[in-house]
Amino acid sequence: MTRLIELRGITKDFGAGESAFRALRGIDLDIERGDFVAVMGSSGSGKSTTMNIVGCLDVPTTGSYRFLGHAVQDFTIDQRALLRRRYIGFVFQGFNLLARTSALENVELPLVYRGENAAARRKAGMAALDRVGLAEWADHTPAELSGGQQQRVAIARAIVTGPAVLLADEPTGNLDSERSVEIMELITELNRDAGITVVMVTHEPEMAAYAHTIVRFRDGQIQGVEAPGASPGAAPQAAH
Amino acid sequence: MLGTSLLLALKEIRRHKLRSFLTTLGIIIGVASVVTMVSLGGAATQSVQAQVSKLGANMLTLRPGQGFGRGGGGPPPPPFELSDAEAIISQIGGVRSVAPQASASVSAIYEAQNWSTTATGTTNEYFSAGQLELASGRIFTPSEITAGKSVCVIGDTIRSNLFRDENPVGRNLRLRDISCQVIGVLTRRGQGGFGGDPDDQVVLPIKTVMRRLAGNQSVQSIQVAVDERYDSTAINATLAMLMRERRHLRPGMEDNFAIFDSKQLSDTLAGTTRTLTGLLGAVAAVSLIVGGIGIMNIMLVSVTERTREIGIRLAIGAVQREVLLQFLVEAITLSCIGGIIGLALSLAVTAAISLGLGFPFAFDVQIAGVAFFFSALIGVVFGYFPARRAASLNPIEALRHE
Repeated sequence: MTRLIELRGITKDFGAGESAFRALRGIDLDIERGDFVAVMGSSGSGKSTTMNIVGCLDVPTTGSYRFLGHAVQDFTIDQRALLRRRYIGFVFQGFNLLARTSALENVELPLVYRGENAAARRKAGMAALDRVGLAEWADHTPAELSGGQQQRVAIARAIVTGPAVLLADEPTGNLDSERSVEIMELITELNRDAGITVVMVTHEPEMAAYAHTIVRFRDGQIQGVEAPGASPGAAPQAAH
Repeated sequence: MLGTSLLLALKEIRRHKLRSFLTTLGIIIGVASVVTMVSLGGAATQSVQAQVSKLGANMLTLRPGQGFGRGGGGPPPPPFELSDAEAIISQIGGVRSVAPQASASVSAIYEAQNWSTTATGTTNEYFSAGQLELASGRIFTPSEITAGKSVCVIGDTIRSNLFRDENPVGRNLRLRDISCQVIGVLTRRGQGGFGGDPDDQVVLPIKTVMRRLAGNQSVQSIQVAVDERYDSTAINATLAMLMRERRHLRPGMEDNFAIFDSKQLSDTLAGTTRTLTGLLGAVAAVSLIVGGIGIMNIMLVSVTERTREIGIRLAIGAVQREVLLQFLVEAITLSCIGGIIGLALSLAVTAAISLGLGFPFAFDVQIAGVAFFFSALIGVVFGYFPARRAASLNPIEALRHE
């Protein structure tokens, strides 16, 4: 079976000339289907840039990126948009729901772009909201929901299309620890029961502990790939 | 894909009612003012033309002298003669009727009432040429005309001042030293017309006025009604040539008579109102353009304000075209809604003003179509740039935007 994500020799430069800055210096990374990967590293270590490339929001300067065997680095901007639409669900630290828009409409949005009809959108949207335990809140706008609930709506929006991979960028960053645990349990369930591959950026070792694999970044390179508990609580620098 | 964009655009418009309303306000006012101005201008033109046509369509009026006033020195220009009128009808083609007029100032007396007015001596052609209609009674018989009988048709002002509620037909009116029987009353015409008020006159057979009131054979003016199928300009020229010949004017001598063409007057007046309509329309068009710029401003602001939303849409898989189309459809929908409200508003305002000013109600469908089309065009043009800007945003930066 083709591998889900395969990064080879990825570099990424920002700016040009004097102010040019190399954010990634040759990343090789494989992510198998069904995996739950936590990406850790200090800010500026290149983890967000890598996530953007994995999420097809950005393209590498050099190197190859194969998503389900497709050479994404050669895709056009529209092809990448269609790939995101079909295979990728995003969850952000800041939730990023549309304001003044009901939870259900937020969840239905990706289906609108897929061209589903109203009845199909409603059915799938309600199913996704039910999956995250917010079926009764379908008509509420983000302003009427707590942070934890908003993040659940965002997760429902990410999984409503049945994506191959869920990319979560510090999904618990804006939540208290109790809410964070609930969100992590929800993500773990989705990974375990629905078989959705999860790639999650986090600062917090407690959250990374839910993952099967931890990838540590430092200075634009991968410092190490390990299973959680291999170096529990240790600062990434300690292994250096 | 268009369906998707339309759906999303309509949702956005509904979600932001105040913003949508403010955006369309400029278009509403612009379209309403253009259509109202042009419609009212059209109504004013029609009203002026209707009034001018009351004077008699295609009427040439001959008067001695040049222009309206009489020149400074020299002997007064000779008046016309009855034979001039006969020559015109017999020698010029395309002339429907000729009505010579002789007039005298008189005071009309009935019982104890006294009224200063004008006695107009003419023929029956005067009524048809001037489109004067009878409210009651009859016009002259041919024998009354040829014999110069003492019978008269009176204007409505005379009737109301001398006879009050009495029926004047059959009564005798005293004009200077003659007693003359009223045989007909003209319908009220209202103010307007060359040379005097058609309601304030007593019309008699021309020979009666010449012999009994004026005391001479002079004809002060001749009205020539032109057949609509003929060009009044050409007949005007032929008429001038004939009159020069009959008045023995040698080449090089100035005309000692003048011809007024009612069609020229009506064309001039209509031209003036058209110019004014155009002017008002142009002023209103500026407000439509300002409305369009308003749409562009709001769309630009809303692109900035909605940067994050655009980032979200791009991240979940919207292609650039869809974002572009959504914003474009939003702009066009708003413009068209504005256009429709503007048209409805102008319809109401035009109806109200027409009613108030007594104009005929004329809604200019053509200009309504143009204004509506233009408002849609404004949506496309002024919506395109903000939309393109929205679509070309980098999703990562758009998502980071606060």
